[in-house]
Amino acid sequence: MADAVAPRFHVGDRVTVRAAYPIGHVRTPSYVRGKHGVIERLCGTYPNPEELAYARPGLPKLPLYRVRFLQRDVWPDYTGQPADVVEVEIYQHWLETEGQAR
Amino acid sequence: MGGLPAGAIERTEHDYALWEKRVDALMMLLSSKDRRLLSVDELRRNIESLGADAYDKMTYYERWIYAITQTLIQRGVITVDELGRKIKVVQDREEQRG
Repeated sequence: MADAVAPRFHVGDRVTVRAAYPIGHVRTPSYVRGKHGVIERLCGTYPNPEELAYARPGLPKLPLYRVRFLQRDVWPDYTGQPADVVEVEIYQHWLETEGQAR
Repeated sequence: MGGLPAGAIERTEHDYALWEKRVDALMMLLSSKDRRLLSVDELRRNIESLGADAYDKMTYYERWIYAITQTLIQRGVITVDELGRKIKVVQDREEQRG
């Protein structure tokens, strides 16, 4: 698709969420910023909500992934089962390959 | 807000006031495909820009009507002057009604 950014991650890739805190409308929850997870699936490509929030077209569309995190990695005081996970949908520009985070 | 620490979640259902239903209807009409006078992301940005203190003090639909109004002003659909005058008209009407 010409109007979409190409996906750069594959299912199973280990990623780190960028620990950025800009003002504006950001769909990446604070609680996963800076955390490590695994690509669970590519959900599709969608207009960038950070641009839609300012009434701009949000193009090109960006890949959106479902990323799986271990609950105990996300919450420092997590007391549930060690294998419990939380899955969050995150746009590609918020993700870096784990170990290569800028 | 945005995954920041917060209080307990209110789990009980409650009835909506007429004005709350009207705010919901207003949002649906403004964002419908044949109008597109606002997007849900604009609404969220304006709600988030309230700041944590106001966000906590206002009710759900108070935040919505604030954000809908901000978006319509930002887009030039309505002006601040029109809004101020219309609110006065409605206030006067309600006072007369008693």
